[in-house]
Amino acid sequence: MSDTNAQSVAFVRNSEIPASPPPLGETGPVKWMRENLFSGWVNSVMTVIAFLLIARFIMGVFPWFWNGVWDASSIKDCRNIMADAGTAGSACFAVLVDRWDHLLFGFKYPATEYWRPTLAFVLLVVCAMPALFAMYLPRKLLIATALYPFVAYWLIWGGSLWVPVVILGLLAVTAAIYLFIEGLSVSLRQAVAGIVGALSGIGLGYLLYLGAQELWFISGNVSAGEGIVSTVAGFVFMIAAIFTYAFFIPMGIFVGYAIYNSYEDGGLVTIVTTLFSLYALMVYGLGPISAAINSVVPIELEAVASRDMGGYMLCMILGTVCVSLSIPLGVVLALGRQSNMPLIKGVCVVFIEFIRGVPLITLLFVANVMLAYFFPPESSIDLILRVIIMITAFSAAYIAEVIRGGLAALPKGQYEAADSLGLNYTQATRLIILPQALKISIPGIVNVAVGLFKDTTLVSVISMFDIVGMIRGPIQQSTDWISIYWEVYLFAAAVFFVVCYSISQYSQWLERQLQTGHR
Amino acid sequence: MSSTPDTPQGGFRLSMLLNDTRYRSYTFQFIALVAIIAAMAFIGGNLVRNLAAAGLNISYDFLGQQSGYDINQRPIEYTSQSTHGRAALVGLLNTLIVAFLACVTATIIGVVAGVLRLSPNWLVRKIMSFYVEIFRNVPVLIWILIIFSILINATPAPRAFKGADPQASMWLWDSVAVTNRGVFMPSPVWNEGSMMVIGVFLASIVGIFMFRRYAKAQLFNHGRLISTFWPSFGLFFVPAILAQIVLGNPIGLEYPELKGFNFKGGFTIRGSLIALWLALAVYTGAFIAENVRAGILAISKGQTEAAAALGLRPKRIMSLVVLPQALRVIIPPLISQYLNITKNSSLAIAVGYMDLTGTLGGITLLQTGRAIEAVLLLMLFYLVISLSISFLMNIYNNSMTLKER
Repeated sequence: MSDTNAQSVAFVRNSEIPASPPPLGETGPVKWMRENLFSGWVNSVMTVIAFLLIARFIMGVFPWFWNGVWDASSIKDCRNIMADAGTAGSACFAVLVDRWDHLLFGFKYPATEYWRPTLAFVLLVVCAMPALFAMYLPRKLLIATALYPFVAYWLIWGGSLWVPVVILGLLAVTAAIYLFIEGLSVSLRQAVAGIVGALSGIGLGYLLYLGAQELWFISGNVSAGEGIVSTVAGFVFMIAAIFTYAFFIPMGIFVGYAIYNSYEDGGLVTIVTTLFSLYALMVYGLGPISAAINSVVPIELEAVASRDMGGYMLCMILGTVCVSLSIPLGVVLALGRQSNMPLIKGVCVVFIEFIRGVPLITLLFVANVMLAYFFPPESSIDLILRVIIMITAFSAAYIAEVIRGGLAALPKGQYEAADSLGLNYTQATRLIILPQALKISIPGIVNVAVGLFKDTTLVSVISMFDIVGMIRGPIQQSTDWISIYWEVYLFAAAVFFVVCYSISQYSQWLERQLQTGHR
Repeated sequence: MSSTPDTPQGGFRLSMLLNDTRYRSYTFQFIALVAIIAAMAFIGGNLVRNLAAAGLNISYDFLGQQSGYDINQRPIEYTSQSTHGRAALVGLLNTLIVAFLACVTATIIGVVAGVLRLSPNWLVRKIMSFYVEIFRNVPVLIWILIIFSILINATPAPRAFKGADPQASMWLWDSVAVTNRGVFMPSPVWNEGSMMVIGVFLASIVGIFMFRRYAKAQLFNHGRLISTFWPSFGLFFVPAILAQIVLGNPIGLEYPELKGFNFKGGFTIRGSLIALWLALAVYTGAFIAENVRAGILAISKGQTEAAAALGLRPKRIMSLVVLPQALRVIIPPLISQYLNITKNSSLAIAVGYMDLTGTLGGITLLQTGRAIEAVLLLMLFYLVISLSISFLMNIYNNSMTLKER
C-alpha cells in the first residue's frame, strides 16, 4: 500500500522518521526527580529540608560510627584510644565485643555451653521453615517442627537426653492407647467405659468433697477478718461450699454415668482414658524410666537452671514459648466469647477485658509477688514459669480479640452452610469457621506476636536479666562500662528490629499468598 | 424416608443432658461452674494457708498510714508525712498527666507522619516510612531508656549555669533552663485582678465560637464566605493581652533562679517525665501514622475525584471530603492506641517517674510488704482508667459513625 501511495502522492514520505530521543527533562533520573522531588515549590522546599536533615544526620552519625573503637577493655581505655586518635566522642563498640556473651546469654549461663542456645536458635529458624513456608515444602518436614520443642528444651535446659525422648515415647504410648480404645469392639468398650466411668465418678466426687471442705475452711477464715469486704467474701465462699456439698455426689454419679454412656460412639470414654493414662505415665513413668535408661546409656548435658537464663536468649525463649502457647488459648477464648452459653461467655469476656485493661507490668508484678501465694506452699514454681504463665494469659487475651474480629468478619452464610451440611459444632468450627477466620486474622495475630516479643523486655522491671536488664544492671553499673548507653541500647534496638521487621515482612508476604480473591 | 420428630418421645432421660441440644448447654455450663468453684477452692485455700504461714492478712489499713517517702513530681500537695493513699493519688494524677501529654503529642506526630507518608515527595515518604518502621519494631522500653539517657547525659548540670561566664545558658530570655535534673520554667503568679484577665480570655473564646457560628450561618443562608481563621486568631490573643496590659500585669511570672547547685522557684518538669512523654509520643505516633495512612487510603479515589470535579481545591478536598470520612476509619484504632499509651505509661518505673506503678506498685509495696493488696489496687486503678477511656471514646465514636437508616 505504502508503495502505491508513495508513487501516487509525491509529498507523502515513504519511510518512517527515526524516533528521536525524548527531551532530556522527560527521561531518566531527571524526569524522576522532577516528578518525585521537585513537582512544585512546596515539594521542592520539603525536598531541600529533608535533604538537609538527612545530610546532618549522616554527618553526625557516620564519623561517630566509623571512628568507633572495637577493641578496648573499659570505657576509660576507650576514651584514651579515641583521644590519641583525635576522634574523641566516637562510639565505643568495644563494650559489645567485651560483653557479647552477656548481652546474648546473660551472665549466669555457663560459658562453655553457649553453643547450645546458639544451636537451638539456628534449629528454630530451620524447623520453623516447614511451618512458615508450608505451601512450598513437603508436609513431612513438619515432623521436624513438631520435634523442635523437645530438642530445644533439651539443648537450653540440659539434663538427660532421655527426659525429652521418654516424654515423646510416652506421648506415643498415649496415642496408641487412644487408638486401641477407639478400635475396641462395642462390648469390650462398654466394660472399659464402666470401669473408667466408675473410677472417675468416685474420684471426681471425692475431689469435689475435698473442695467443699476447702471452701468451708476458706469461708471461715475470710469472714473472720474485719470489714464488709471480708464478710461478703466469706459469704460467697460459704455459698460455694454449700453448693459443692450439695452436688458432689450427684456430680460424681453424673460424670461417671456420662463417661459410661459414651461407650457406643466412644468420644468421652476415649478422651478420659487417654488423659488418665497420660497423667499416670507422666507422673509415675517419666522419672523412673528416663533415670533407668540414663543409668545404662548416659547422654547428658550440663543442666542449667531457669534462673540462669538471661540476655537476648531470655527474650527469645519468652517470645516463642508465650506466642505458641497463647494462640491455641486465644482461639479457645475467642470461641468462648462467641458462645451462646451465658456463663462461658461471661467468663471469657471478664478474662479478656480484665487482661486488656491492665498493663503487662502489673501482670508481671502478679507473677513476681502474688502468684506464689496461689500455689500450694510445697510447690516451688520458678519465676520464669510464672512469668510465662502471665505473659501467655496476656497475649492470649489480645489474640482472642483479633480472632473474634476474624470470626465476626465471616459472613453468616458460612455458619449456616456448615449447619445445613449437618456438621456439628466441633466439625463446623474445625473445618469451616476457623480456617477462614484465622486467615483473616493473620495480620492481627502477627501484630500481637511482634508486640509481645517487644514486651518481653519488660521482665527487666521485675529484675530478670534479659537484654535490657543486662544493660541496665551488670553492664551500666560495672566499673568498666559505667553509664555507657548509646552503643548498648542501639545494639539492643538493632537485634529487636531485625526480628520484628522480618516477622512483619513475612506476615505481609503470607497475606499475599493466602489471598484468594475474596474474603 | 421417615422424618425424625423434633421432640423425642417419652419422658426425660439422663442421657438427654448430654445428647440433646436443648439441655446440653446447661450441662456444659454447670460443669464450667463447678470447675470455677474448684479453681476458687484451690486458689483461695492456697492463699489462705500461705498467708497464714507467712503471718500476713489482707488489709488496706496501710493506705491511711504515713508514707515516709518523697515524690519529686507532684501535681498536688504531698510531703513524706502524707499517707500512702495520698501517694497513690499523686501517682494516679502523674499517670493521667503523662498519658494525656503523650496522647496529644502522639496524635499530632502520627497525623503529620501519616499524611506525609502519602506525600508525592519521594524523599519525605521514605523518611517517614523509615521513622515508622524504626519505631514500631523496637520495644518502647528501649526508646524510653535511650531518650532518658540522652536527657541525662547530653544536657548540662545545673551548676554549669553558674558563674560569670557559664558553660550553659538559659533559653528564651533567661526563663527556661534545660538541665539534666529537668526543665525549669517560669510559673504564673496570680496577683490581684488575674481573674479579670482570665474572664476576658474565656469571654473571647466564647466570642470565637459565636463568630464561627455567625460565619457559618452567613455561608449557609446568604452564601457569603467569611474568612474565620485570622479573626479567631486575633480574638484568641488580643483581648486577653490588652486586659493584661490595661490592668497592669496582674498575671506575673516567677522565674527559676539558680540557688546553690540547683534551680529554685518556677515550675519544674523532671527529665523522667520528659523522657517518658517523648518516648511514648514518638513510639505511639508511629502506630498512629500507620492508622492514619490506612484511613486515608480507605477512602475511595472516586471521592477525591468527585470533589475535584465539583471544583474544590486540594486543601479543601482533604479537609472537607477525605478527612471527615477517613476519621471514621481512624478513630477506633486511635482509641486503642490511647489505651496503649495509658498502659505503657506504667513503664515510668524504669526511669523513676513516680506514676501509679512507681508509688503504689513500687515504693508503697516495698515499704509495707502488702504485695497482694497493692497489686490488686494497682490493677483496679488501671482497669478503671482503661474502661473509662474506652467508654468516653466509644461515645465519641458513636457520634462520628455514619448514621444509616
